[in-house]
Amino acid sequence: MTEVSFYPGCSLDGTAKDYRDSIERVADLLDLQLQELEDWNCCGATAAHSLDERLAVNLAGRTLALAETAGKDLLVPCALCFNRLKTAAKKLQGDQEQLYETRFDGKIQIFDLLDYLSRPFMLKRVRDRRRVALSGLRPVCYYGCMVNRPPKITDSEQWENPTNMDRLLTELGAEVLDWPFKTDCCGASHAIARPDLVFTLVDKLYRRALAEGANCIVVSCQMCQANLDLYQDQINRQFQRDVYLPIFYFTELIELALGAVAPGRKLDRHLVDPTALLSAVGLA
Amino acid sequence: MDESLTAPVQIDFDFLPQVERGSGIQASVCYQCRKCSNGCPLTFAMDHPPDRILRFLLLGQADQALHSRTIWVCSSCETCTTRCPNGIDIAGLMDYLKQEACRRGIPDPSGNRSLAVHQCFLDQIRRRGRVHEGSFMNAYLLSHGVWWRKILAGTLIHDLRLGWALWKRGRLPIVPRGVADQAEIERLFAAKD
Repeated sequence: MTEVSFYPGCSLDGTAKDYRDSIERVADLLDLQLQELEDWNCCGATAAHSLDERLAVNLAGRTLALAETAGKDLLVPCALCFNRLKTAAKKLQGDQEQLYETRFDGKIQIFDLLDYLSRPFMLKRVRDRRRVALSGLRPVCYYGCMVNRPPKITDSEQWENPTNMDRLLTELGAEVLDWPFKTDCCGASHAIARPDLVFTLVDKLYRRALAEGANCIVVSCQMCQANLDLYQDQINRQFQRDVYLPIFYFTELIELALGAVAPGRKLDRHLVDPTALLSAVGLA
Repeated sequence: MDESLTAPVQIDFDFLPQVERGSGIQASVCYQCRKCSNGCPLTFAMDHPPDRILRFLLLGQADQALHSRTIWVCSSCETCTTRCPNGIDIAGLMDYLKQEACRRGIPDPSGNRSLAVHQCFLDQIRRRGRVHEGSFMNAYLLSHGVWWRKILAGTLIHDLRLGWALWKRGRLPIVPRGVADQAEIERLFAAKD
């Protein structure tokens, strides 16, 4: 059993509850014990770093201090939380740390969930426990912005062309397709104030994914998932298209491949119901 | 013709050093290669591409930068910051310019919905240390008459349908969870710039 601290972040307590449930099932399947960080707070997200840099570092810094006290490495599924925590960690270990009210000495590591689950020791567990090959699924991997950029903050080694999700899904037997929009922006929190921007960006992603021959898109970030999934109907109407692209979390595909999706339990907590696709390829 | 091109331009050569001191970002090393603008996914919605914002700083045209739509359209995707050959944190500069514009009272949240969203979001964090999305969306809709403008635009129905769809799927909890140590959150907000 491997133990880590877990920082779900606000949206995994709410609109991304489906992601959280999937992560917890996958953790059980892979003998990974997630201990939710006690009394964690919001990382500040885009709002804090847009309006108040010091508050942004302090909010993320408080959570880092809690994690350091808990003493275990910190696993973060939300790409933006991850980015904000890493940013705060760099600031609080830099030469300007006296500008902030929180302290972090870097005694624990901060991991993006996808990065952690695609490391060799985890990949081996996935390989050993796979019961179903996800053949017929032709995903493109959509990594989004925040887990990789900027590499000075994220410590990513492949920020322009990340491949860890491609490798993981290939292990699951999916027919992973390459595409050039792996890390292009979906518009993130603009969905609330400027849905017009998000729709334009997401429509571009759909068209390219379809042009590559994809029948689904796989993500590791719940903001990307929301922007690609929640508005697919509206985007179809606005741009007069007929796109059907289920948007999976990579953890949901791990569950499928490990044979952990019980018959009758439908993966229907997204707005784009993947049942038609899964039936067509013999996985449901 | 775009009236920003015909208005008299105020020159403020103190602005660039102020930005560099305040943000810790050295904007003056920009040599206008435009790599930032070429990689930017949102130039289609900007009034000035990112390289021109940098140029405004260098030319002392503070107002052009601070009044631009660009700084609010930037989604902080960090592509420019990642690719800048001179290591300028351009997305970080956009944040600093947003903050400076707010300090000067330039943007009005009733017309600038991105600012309204940010303000409502921070207010939610201040209240309970976390953001409960249902409460946040309600607060945003009630701010600056957003709900009424959405009715007029015919888009409120999309939000209501979405809320219902999420609730049915167990993705819109009614009761918020907050931080126990609320005094600590208050202390961090009190320390804000």
